[in-house]
Amino acid sequence: MEEAAVNNNFKVLIIGGSAGSLEVLIRILPQLTAIPFALVIVLHRKAGDDSMLEELIAAKTTIPVMEVDDKTPLVPGSICIAPSDYHLLFEKDDILSLDASEKINFSRPSIDVSFESAAEIYGSRLTAILLSGANSDGTNGAIAIKNAGGMVVIQKPESASMSYMPNSAIQNMVPDYILDVDGILDLIHNIVP
Amino acid sequence: MIISDQELEVLINDVYEYYGFDFSSYSMASFKRRVDRLFQLDGFKSFPVFLSKIRTDPEYFKRMVEEITVNVTEMFRDPLFYKVLRTEILPVLATKPFIRIWHAGCSTGEEVFSMAIMLKEANLLHKSLLYATDISPAVLELAKKGVFPLRMIKQYSENYIASGGKEDFSRYYIANYGSAKFGEDLIERMVFSQHNLVSDRSFNEFDIILCRNVMIYFDKDLQERALELFDGSLSKLGYLALGTKETIKFSALQTKYSQLNKEKIWKKLR
Ligand SMILES: C[S@@+](CC[C@H](N)C(=O)[O-])C[C@H]1O[C@@H](n2cnc3c(N)ncnc32)[C@H](O)[C@@H]1O
Repeated sequence: MEEAAVNNNFKVLIIGGSAGSLEVLIRILPQLTAIPFALVIVLHRKAGDDSMLEELIAAKTTIPVMEVDDKTPLVPGSICIAPSDYHLLFEKDDILSLDASEKINFSRPSIDVSFESAAEIYGSRLTAILLSGANSDGTNGAIAIKNAGGMVVIQKPESASMSYMPNSAIQNMVPDYILDVDGILDLIHNIVP
Repeated sequence: MIISDQELEVLINDVYEYYGFDFSSYSMASFKRRVDRLFQLDGFKSFPVFLSKIRTDPEYFKRMVEEITVNVTEMFRDPLFYKVLRTEILPVLATKPFIRIWHAGCSTGEEVFSMAIMLKEANLLHKSLLYATDISPAVLELAKKGVFPLRMIKQYSENYIASGGKEDFSRYYIANYGSAKFGEDLIERMVFSQHNLVSDRSFNEFDIILCRNVMIYFDKDLQERALELFDGSLSKLGYLALGTKETIKFSALQTKYSQLNKEKIWKKLR
């Protein structure tokens, strides 16, 4: 197990968002080609929307989009999207777990749940970006990531179509960066293995 | 996190020592959240107090099992799954003289009653036996009664229709004081018992095993062990049905099975 951790010392970028965040992703994703890190996307979505979001995102990128079943391995160079109606959690050994327990912040998947769990496993190897949204999910998760030594980036509230979610985080913690969409894109380009 | 990794380890060890329940191979990310949630829910102030309550009060331990396991379930949960059962699996099972079904991790029974309703509609219920098991005695007590909250029935009838049900759903239950009591004719074909997938063994051979949304709370090793238990309990050409986001893809057993279309149903080949 020690060995595996050393060999797979890749970074993880996790993006969380709600209302108004899909349009940001749709601007960002086509600009990314090969990524040296694992990208995990946790968006609030309607229960039972099945694979609509996956298809939409896959259409915007050349990076492989994984179908996330329970215990799917997290691999660098690919995108994993939290399925609707499950919380997405991170296990040791770079494995994703799903959980259908109660909603958190009226949401399942909840951004807090994924952020907190990723913070525990990935610590300083983790970068999180919190995008537009109309509720406060993500704030506690962002705090946990900072405490674990990870990097937190918040979408500039003025650039978000729903500023509540980024504002909530900014009011409760000190992020590393507050960036508009172009700034976010630059930052992602600069994540090196 | 409220409870540290070390404290969690102590708790897992003590629970095993006092009650014989082994949670050490549960998915830790989720298990930790459940323990934290219970600790907060019941207003504990310190870990030692929490631990001693669990150790000394078997009733509280029962509550702990009930709360730490995730019990959410629905009748005809994921209607399209039931549609495939109805249209593709039941006709195959119908050719057998006797049908044995195992619902492993049945929770409060909604899944078992859904199955019984479909069997009844296919005119197979009289020759079927539904074994329904769970680790948690609290949910089994509820399941046996066949009484579900009336406020859920609207959703359940919609699920039922989406699964291809053609009857008037209200013929299956009697509404009374906020609850819906399902028929004795369904309950008659069910056997409920406590069974722990971690430690208990196979107890029969089945034509279909449903274990939906249970193994997501296990780590990979325990999943593999549970799958071996199911494999040893399935007849040749029997079916294994998992939850919508579960797979045997990562298991050594997958070569012995073939998946039905896109549904999370596998047929045992040998
Ligand atoms: C989310 S419910 C699933 C109910 C139903 N199968 C469904 O899909 O709607 C999960 C159930 O698994 C049970 N469970 C958890 N660990 C178990 C174990 N080791 N052995 C048997 N059942 C277990 C829990 O008590 C809970 O009732």
